[in-house]
Amino acid sequence: MELVCPAGSMTALKAAVDNGADAVYMGFRDGTNARNFPGLNFDLDEARKALVYARDRGARVFLAINTYPRPHQWDKWRAAVDQAAGLGVDALILADPGLMDYCAQTHPALRLHLSVQGSATNREAIDFYVRHFGVRRVVLPRVLSLAQVQNVMKRVNAEVEVFGFGSLCVMVEGRCTLSSYVTGDSPNSSGVCSPAKAVKWEESAAGRRSRLNGVLIDVYAPDEPAAYPTLCKGRFEVGGKVYYAMEEPTSLNVLDILPDLYRAGVAAIKVEGRQRSPVYVAQVTRTLREAIDACAAAPEQFTPARAWVEQLDKVAEGRCHTLGAYTRPWQ
Amino acid sequence: MKLSLGPIPYFWTREAVLDFYTRVAGSPVDIVYLGETVCSKRRALRLPDWLDIAERLAGAGKEVVLSTLTLIEAESEVAYMRTLTENGRFAIEANDMAAVGMLEGVARFVVGPHINVYNGGTLALLARAGAKRWVMPMELDRDTLAALQAQRPAGMETEVFVFGRLPLSFSARCFTARAHNLSKDECGFRCADYPDGMALRTREDKTFLNLNGIQVQSGETYNLVHEVGALQALGVDVLRLAPQAQDLFEIVEAFRGVVDGRRESSAAAALLEPYLTGGSCDGYWHGAPGMDRLHA
Repeated sequence: MELVCPAGSMTALKAAVDNGADAVYMGFRDGTNARNFPGLNFDLDEARKALVYARDRGARVFLAINTYPRPHQWDKWRAAVDQAAGLGVDALILADPGLMDYCAQTHPALRLHLSVQGSATNREAIDFYVRHFGVRRVVLPRVLSLAQVQNVMKRVNAEVEVFGFGSLCVMVEGRCTLSSYVTGDSPNSSGVCSPAKAVKWEESAAGRRSRLNGVLIDVYAPDEPAAYPTLCKGRFEVGGKVYYAMEEPTSLNVLDILPDLYRAGVAAIKVEGRQRSPVYVAQVTRTLREAIDACAAAPEQFTPARAWVEQLDKVAEGRCHTLGAYTRPWQ
Repeated sequence: MKLSLGPIPYFWTREAVLDFYTRVAGSPVDIVYLGETVCSKRRALRLPDWLDIAERLAGAGKEVVLSTLTLIEAESEVAYMRTLTENGRFAIEANDMAAVGMLEGVARFVVGPHINVYNGGTLALLARAGAKRWVMPMELDRDTLAALQAQRPAGMETEVFVFGRLPLSFSARCFTARAHNLSKDECGFRCADYPDGMALRTREDKTFLNLNGIQVQSGETYNLVHEVGALQALGVDVLRLAPQAQDLFEIVEAFRGVVDGRRESSAAAALLEPYLTGGSCDGYWHGAPGMDRLHA
């Protein structure tokens, strides 16, 4: 079971590789990938250096071009695919069917992974991508229970990669436009969710307010820790109650079910967070490396060490964690 | 241009659904999409019931399309989708790539709004797989539509969602059950108590979103009544209205008048004004945040 870690910058990439990532994933510095944040990602020259650094140390490099180009963007996205092929990345992570079609025809030798943004949640959808584009690996959206993941694994002719740690998407990826409803930019169209440029903080005696393009996402008491205003993780009023109507700020953490994923034959565990700091990447990579190695050595005896859980909670969104959709009670 | 009625997004009682489609049969819509697209637990109507409604609507001269579920996770959902795609009588609206895969080379189908068609490459691929019509994803704007119309494969029809609460996202979690502190497995079908969904408001008491089981919708009503002329000029074939519990047939009538050239858009807008619960928005069409209202 591989450990796939985020590389939002050269420093983060080094942190991942140095701490035991089997592979890293990165994107070009533009809207072609789903973490299009200021100051992040790689130009062509940096990408070349990143590949050298990773390869010299035995790690593979995946490149994500996982937003959906509109007609006026098509040529640029297609050029990004050509550049990735020219770089010789180990795999290209795509979401858009049109772009996958182009890639499969133009660069048939390039290994394709279906991005989580591709929104394939079942074996029939995965089959479509395998049949048409020869997709070799699929990243599952964070909506399936453990039993559903195991079932998919038995029936598809592709490797399966699942999210193991990081911020939790509550909605099925690739089919959520909440962010563009509020800000004009969504993961599909712009590679961002609840973008920082739309965030506004207001301080007052009563506390702190977070807004996204003017919409009040949350209000915090003066002594209450405030979270980034991801719009599905705010407190709203429904039926006269104010609560986290969609989800609390919390992180996904699969340590508790690592042996189940291992035994099911999951090919890779993915860490979310190309927008997070190199310190986060180092911490999470090191911890998960240890956990995966322990699990592979003796899956029957595996229990998550308390130190691992504490390390991970320290860098988790909301400083707490959940198994998310992997367990039925969350659903 | 034709007028279509999308699938009912909410969980209505069997009687309410049957009554609704009896009225639809006599209403001036051309195309009717039928079936449960949100939650597989909602089974007030079984496939034979839907097929029965479909036959009656077809008998009333409507084009009938059966819509698939959007988020497919369980094997039982895959199996139901297969039964649906093999009905042999009515066309299917595919709301997941699983359905496209099942229908490819078997039958012509409609690409639903929850399949991500953002460019001509994807549209061409789906045309080769057998798509005869596509419904533009909600977040796309008029410039993208214009560019896609220019690249549209021969014989492909274009449908645009023009009225109703926007379906914005789907989740493994049921937000209606959560609002009642229930898990999805023990939801007790509480969504049946909300025939137009549950309003979610900000803590400043502003209309924001609408919870409908595992789906989140816009709180405001997307309304492109002012754009009917522009849609016509772009060669759009079908305008889609979303069912809602209140006032749907008045809304159909208002749009029918504009489509038939009997009524100005501004007059129709005035007719629609009382039915815009939660206010209206049209931002997506203008390439702006979806919740914005640009046409005053």
